[in-house]
Amino acid sequence: MRIIGQDDIPASEITPREVYLKRRQFMAGIAALAVSPAFAAAAPPVRGARLAGVKPGRFSTREAQTPYESVTTYNNFYEFGTGKFDPAENAHTLKTRPWTVSVEGEIKRPRLYDIDELLKLAPLEERVYRLRCVEGWSMVIPWVGFPLAELIRRVEPSGNARFVEFHTLHDPAQMPFQRSSVLDWPYVEGLRIDEANHPLTLLAVGLYGEVLPRQNGAPVRLVVPWKYGFKSAKSIVKIRFVEKPPLTAWMRAAPNEYGFFSNVNPKVDHPRWSQAKERRIGEFFKRDTLMFNGYADQVAHLYRGLDLRKFF
Amino acid sequence: MPLTARLTPRQIIWSKALLWAICLAPLLRLVVLGLNGGLGANPIEFITRSTGTWTLVGLLATLAVTPLRNLSGLNWLIRFRRLLGLFAFFYACLHFTTYLWLDQFFDPSSIARDIIKRPFITVGFAAFILLIPLAATSRQHMMKKLGRNWQRLHRLVYVIAGLGIVHYWWLVKKDISQPLLYACVLAVLLVMRLPRLQHSLLARARDAAPRSCKPGCRE
Ligand code: HEM
Repeated sequence: MRIIGQDDIPASEITPREVYLKRRQFMAGIAALAVSPAFAAAAPPVRGARLAGVKPGRFSTREAQTPYESVTTYNNFYEFGTGKFDPAENAHTLKTRPWTVSVEGEIKRPRLYDIDELLKLAPLEERVYRLRCVEGWSMVIPWVGFPLAELIRRVEPSGNARFVEFHTLHDPAQMPFQRSSVLDWPYVEGLRIDEANHPLTLLAVGLYGEVLPRQNGAPVRLVVPWKYGFKSAKSIVKIRFVEKPPLTAWMRAAPNEYGFFSNVNPKVDHPRWSQAKERRIGEFFKRDTLMFNGYADQVAHLYRGLDLRKFF
Repeated sequence: MPLTARLTPRQIIWSKALLWAICLAPLLRLVVLGLNGGLGANPIEFITRSTGTWTLVGLLATLAVTPLRNLSGLNWLIRFRRLLGLFAFFYACLHFTTYLWLDQFFDPSSIARDIIKRPFITVGFAAFILLIPLAATSRQHMMKKLGRNWQRLHRLVYVIAGLGIVHYWWLVKKDISQPLLYACVLAVLLVMRLPRLQHSLLARARDAAPRSCKPGCRE
């Protein structure tokens, strides 16, 4: 981009240092923008190991599944960067073994589960669910996992357990973007106990029949298909049963934009995105967003009598 | 190319060609990526963001011309300002068209609702509307015809760049690092226009490099 030749006055000699540095920063910014995924398409992703003994499960949709490539390269996982392509590029630093999940709080049997133990806790099922992101796009993903209710049953919640809190790993060495203050780490999400116990709610350990890729929340994540994607916490290390509604990461960040429930609802707009329609990844035209992401028959009764505009 | 106050006609043609190539590169990149399936899982978002980014870069590059001219004393830089400004407008048109067509499918009620209800769209739309009179009066004869008013009108470009940054700031979910970077650049460009600073920069440039045409004079 330099038009002037080599024997010219260096820019640093005629420009105040501060301006020069700012300009360098600006140029670096431009260069980064220009080169980022540059002129080349990304290399095909490395596939995970196949999971054995996976049976087809309930509630699966027959809609066309979003290609593996899209599911694993277009992600929101701020622990690895805020760009959609960042997680696929950066998540290799996450170590998924050894891994433990602490299950604690208002339960009779608190316990530290080893991930391999957790994987064998209940039979693995394939569930093909719609995923609707709060940003207005959606996918159809064949998850592998088991209902969270299987775990809840085993730990025997007490009468005080009215909510469940999920914590993502907090380790900036493995999750480099946690060094930024974009969110107040660790990432915390929460469900009401009846939502957590709902048969649709899944603890997922894989997708497309294979071990969950890191950028999708390995080694274990939540999948709550009738809520916006951010409710489904990734790379979980702690599940805590509590009496009060948890203060989630996004509620802390922007309480007027993100409510506790965050049910998919085409009638309640987010200030930045209309929620009436969505772009299904891979499709050209937008489609109408369905109440509870199309799972109204299964979940609408959980919210009977609740003003969903107020409790968004 | 030597660093001189005047360019030969050949040099002017070559540098304009080079500038055209640079300005068209982002569009070419989109076309190449599009043909190779390189726009990722959500190509429409990719195109919207890419054209939005280059609109903003184009606006800031246009705004950088005069301060750079004053710093360097290279008066011919001013010759490229109009081209840069028009390219910013070109990318703004692509950006807006992407939105109207690929995002909203020309649905008037949905677009109207969006412009009213979503603050970041309201601001982007205002920026785009304000750009139109500037693009329409960019030619030399309009400059002559409007006289002092031309400069007054074209100062709007600061407002437009500011609105562009607010637009960006309001559309990011949480990570404001990019809009902040652009805001810093705009701030630096504005500070360089402060009368006192500009005066001393001009004096400095005059000392550093005696030129046939005094820095600060119009071409
Ligand atoms: C001078 C005018 C404008 C400038 C400088 C501008 C600039 C930008 C920038 C920098 C971005 C973000 C790019 C990124 O995320 O990397 C963006 C995104 C966007 N702009 Fe604009 N814009 C302008 C006008 C408009 C107008 C008129 C509309 C529509 C009415 C619009 C709609 C959008 C949309 C929908 C996005 C994408 C939001 C998303 O992906 O979430 N912009 N624009």
